[in-house]
Amino acid sequence: MTMNIIETSGLGKRYGRTWAVHECTLAIPAGHVAALVGPNGAGKTTLLNLAVGLAAPTTGAIAVLGGLPAGSPAALDGIAFVAQDPPLYKNLSAADTLHLTRNLNRRFDRAYAQARLAELGIPLKRKAGKLSGGQQAQLALTLALARRPQLLVLDEPVAMLDPIARHDFMGTVLTAAAEDGVSVVLSSHVLAELERVADYLILLSRGRVQVAGDVDDLLATHRLLTGPAAEADRYAERPVVHARRAGAQAHLLVRATADDPVSPRWEAHPVGLEELVMAYLRAPDAAALPGPGRGQILPFETGQVTR
Amino acid sequence: MTAQTMPARPGPDARLRPVPWRRMAWVTWRQHRAALAGLAVFLGAVAVYLWLTGSSIHHAYAADCHPASSIACTINFTGRYAVTVNAVRVFLQAVPALIGAFVGVPVLAREMETGTFRYAWTQGFGRWRWALAKLVLLAVTVAAATGAFTVLISWYAGPFFAAGYAIPFATDLFDVLGVAFASWTLAAFAIAVLAGMLIRRVVPAIAATLAVYAGLAAATALWLREHYLTPLLTSSPNVPGSGWIVSQWYTMGGKFAFAAQGSGIVHAVQHLCPSFVNGGPPQQCLSQHGYTAWISYQPGSRFWPFQWIEGGWLLALSVLLVAATVWLVRRRAA
Repeated sequence: MTMNIIETSGLGKRYGRTWAVHECTLAIPAGHVAALVGPNGAGKTTLLNLAVGLAAPTTGAIAVLGGLPAGSPAALDGIAFVAQDPPLYKNLSAADTLHLTRNLNRRFDRAYAQARLAELGIPLKRKAGKLSGGQQAQLALTLALARRPQLLVLDEPVAMLDPIARHDFMGTVLTAAAEDGVSVVLSSHVLAELERVADYLILLSRGRVQVAGDVDDLLATHRLLTGPAAEADRYAERPVVHARRAGAQAHLLVRATADDPVSPRWEAHPVGLEELVMAYLRAPDAAALPGPGRGQILPFETGQVTR
Repeated sequence: MTAQTMPARPGPDARLRPVPWRRMAWVTWRQHRAALAGLAVFLGAVAVYLWLTGSSIHHAYAADCHPASSIACTINFTGRYAVTVNAVRVFLQAVPALIGAFVGVPVLAREMETGTFRYAWTQGFGRWRWALAKLVLLAVTVAAATGAFTVLISWYAGPFFAAGYAIPFATDLFDVLGVAFASWTLAAFAIAVLAGMLIRRVVPAIAATLAVYAGLAAATALWLREHYLTPLLTSSPNVPGSGWIVSQWYTMGGKFAFAAQGSGIVHAVQHLCPSFVNGGPPQQCLSQHGYTAWISYQPGSRFWPFQWIEGGWLLALSVLLVAATVWLVRRRAA
């Protein structure tokens, strides 16, 4: 059984009277590039802050790296976090920033960091505040990866980047995941990139988990059905995620596999990840959660946390 | 963090050795060297000024103040430098607050303002250790710099004490002499870091620090300091020159009559000693009518005990405030 890189049980975080995350129970297995998606205010940043120990839960529990309490010394040691609009000390040079991170951590692969910055053409003597947005993001990512973490957590890493910088950034992340086995959890509302980078998806809605699962499994269990609008109701008993009518045609996104039978006047098509996410975003009450056997969650009190 | 009953993780990470404390020396220096350089330039500029004017003050005292009661001393020394030294006294009052606010506030408030705490607090060093190391290093540096600076202030003020122009117990001298100057700077720094952590913005936190500091310093000088030790009591009119007179009053037949200031004494003098109304000390006339003058005072020999008492409680307060700040860093939810 693989360990869960992040595991929550009844997790809740309240700011004032608003629950940013509420009754959130999920388990993200190690070895994935997991994408955390959801509309603004769904609780993505809060969930990540809880995972890296910046915030403490109001209720429930969150464990990381196979059972470590989030924010504990061992958890801090094994997790590298790049926050939104990456926070860098603007008046420090890239070289100073490397040295700073080296001093604040047990491990720091300076050779890797320097090689990466050279490859990216980021001058070591330039102050972080004078770098372009893409370079700042890459510098923050380099600092994080040079710590040789087990888990890399990225909060909206590409939101502010142009398409090329976005592509390059994600390339670095994927290389780290593929070559060094770093687990990655990233939040994003840029859906276009997801299919290329993510192999695990968590969709948050209003502080709760709406969809969670392996991307291949999710795609294999959803179909887009197209047929006469008049007959759309016959699918009412099937788990329809989202229905859209265009004239006489109806498009239904349903939970079904390729083996499920389709009525004569209907056609079934495979769905793309972006399409799937959009359908769930439009239908906040639909849910697709992992069944038993995958990402199973046990209460922490039992002491039998999966690892 | 919610307590969780989980089995310890096996492997080398279970007994994780923390990142050594000494690594914070470079981190603190690199991140705050601009503030510390500013502190050095500021204290250096004030030192140059004090040294230049202090030299001429010492020359004037040596040339004209033997004895200190001579006309030459009054004209060429006290008369000439009184305005200067009084301005310096007022200026020095503000120095601990300014140093504390400008060095202390940004340590945490700037991290909050720019969001860099999200970087700093997720590194392997750990956030409360990070805060503690930074604050202790900076507090010691600030206290050491101002402590050394006090030597210069004492030297500068020396001739005025010798000439009897001022006493070390004077409200606006006591707190820039001895250990008090460094202690007040330390307290200002501690107030500043806590204000920065609570307010999370640099400029408002600096304003709050200055206000709180001014209140604390004024309350100490006006009400608190005189109670450090029980004052001595005398009915002799000759309190030693370096003594600090806390209060004066009159008794009649063993009972309190009136304070040495206020309407009571004015009435008595108008009634009993009309010839004293236009000035002059009324003690003699009042004692002829059976009143006894009392003075409670702190003798000059208590200067150092008072310095250690003030330094002691300011140090305790600073430790408390820094501890509270570290505790806030530890528990604050982002």
